[in-house]
Amino acid sequence: MWNNFKNGFIKENPVFGLYLGMCSTLALSTSLNNAIGMGLCVTLVLICSNVLISLIRKITPDEVRIPVYIVIIATLVSIVEMFVHAFMPELYTSLGVFLSLIVVNCIILGRAEAFASKNGPLASAVDGLGMGLGYTFALTMISLVREFLANMSITFYNPFNAEQILFSFGIEALEPFKISLFSSSVGAFLTFACFAALFAVIRKHMNKKQEAK
Amino acid sequence: MGEILTMALAAVLINNVVLSKFLGVCPFLGVSKNSKSAVGMGLAVIFVIFGASLITYFLYYQVLVKMHIEYMQLITFILVIAAFVQFVEMFIKKYSASLYKNLGIYLPLITTNCVVLYVAQDNITQGYNLIETMTNAIAVPLGFMLVLYLFSCIRERLDSADTPESFKGNPIALVVAGLMALAFSGLTGIV
Repeated sequence: MWNNFKNGFIKENPVFGLYLGMCSTLALSTSLNNAIGMGLCVTLVLICSNVLISLIRKITPDEVRIPVYIVIIATLVSIVEMFVHAFMPELYTSLGVFLSLIVVNCIILGRAEAFASKNGPLASAVDGLGMGLGYTFALTMISLVREFLANMSITFYNPFNAEQILFSFGIEALEPFKISLFSSSVGAFLTFACFAALFAVIRKHMNKKQEAK
Repeated sequence: MGEILTMALAAVLINNVVLSKFLGVCPFLGVSKNSKSAVGMGLAVIFVIFGASLITYFLYYQVLVKMHIEYMQLITFILVIAAFVQFVEMFIKKYSASLYKNLGIYLPLITTNCVVLYVAQDNITQGYNLIETMTNAIAVPLGFMLVLYLFSCIRERLDSADTPESFKGNPIALVVAGLMALAFSGLTGIV
């Protein structure tokens, strides 16, 4: 089970390894707040949907399983969306349309189909947590690079109260060297490409090590 | 009329779904290996988005608003899209074997293409009327198809290029996508 959990981070990282859920990763990695907020929303939906789908896996007819999964996921996403709208209005505006597009995020449907429909609820929950955190991890890494290069500083505010800044880091001497390109779509694609290449190298290295054993 | 054209042009070139809104990136990377399948996918997406947008438009204003259950929007829309895609697939399979052979394999993929759900939701949130909805539903996937086709042409050549080992495959494709986004951002001023 520990391996299930660990897999989601590097070896089978949903974003860098399997190239799932790329749309939201590219669009929402502009700031640390967006990245963590979105990552946790997806993790929550993923855990709940994995558990529910795993519970009903024996009574779902095979032909209609995809519509059944989609209805479950859409219900969970609607709940999360209303929750975020009510308690974290700042986050709600900055995530925008991507919050409701979690429904069509391939990670969730992909894990439902590949894992939850074949395994018990507990294992599915762990898988959901691992994959969700793997996604959050990927999003956070990209957002740190992008936010720093675009602003030469990183701020993290309390999502429940936007005026309260929890954490902020910046180098004033570098202020004139801001690269605003990195807050636009070009920067997203390039940063993502570099991370994907980096993870390909790490994975290759790990495989070699395993073979040597 | 002028306004509609401006809107369509902006949706195709300036606010391109893939390059500036990051929607539909998965099929953008997945089915861009050759230009023929890129065109097939593009056509299938245009058809599905147009149909699904019209259905969801009427469903929202005639049923959801009248019954005051707007919060069911997401669930209704995704169900309509999934059902519509399934229906189109069955229809094409029955009546046109050759078209099914060309488009068939892309159809199931479209359900999870976020552009479809995005356009359906966008029509409602922007408060578009019927004509604007129809324009949006053609222009947005047209932009998707254009970028997909251009990208697939580049990728066909990229296969024979000498790329560094770790960048092979998707990473170099993403770098190309980034450069394309840069090129498209140069068009911002025209509307």
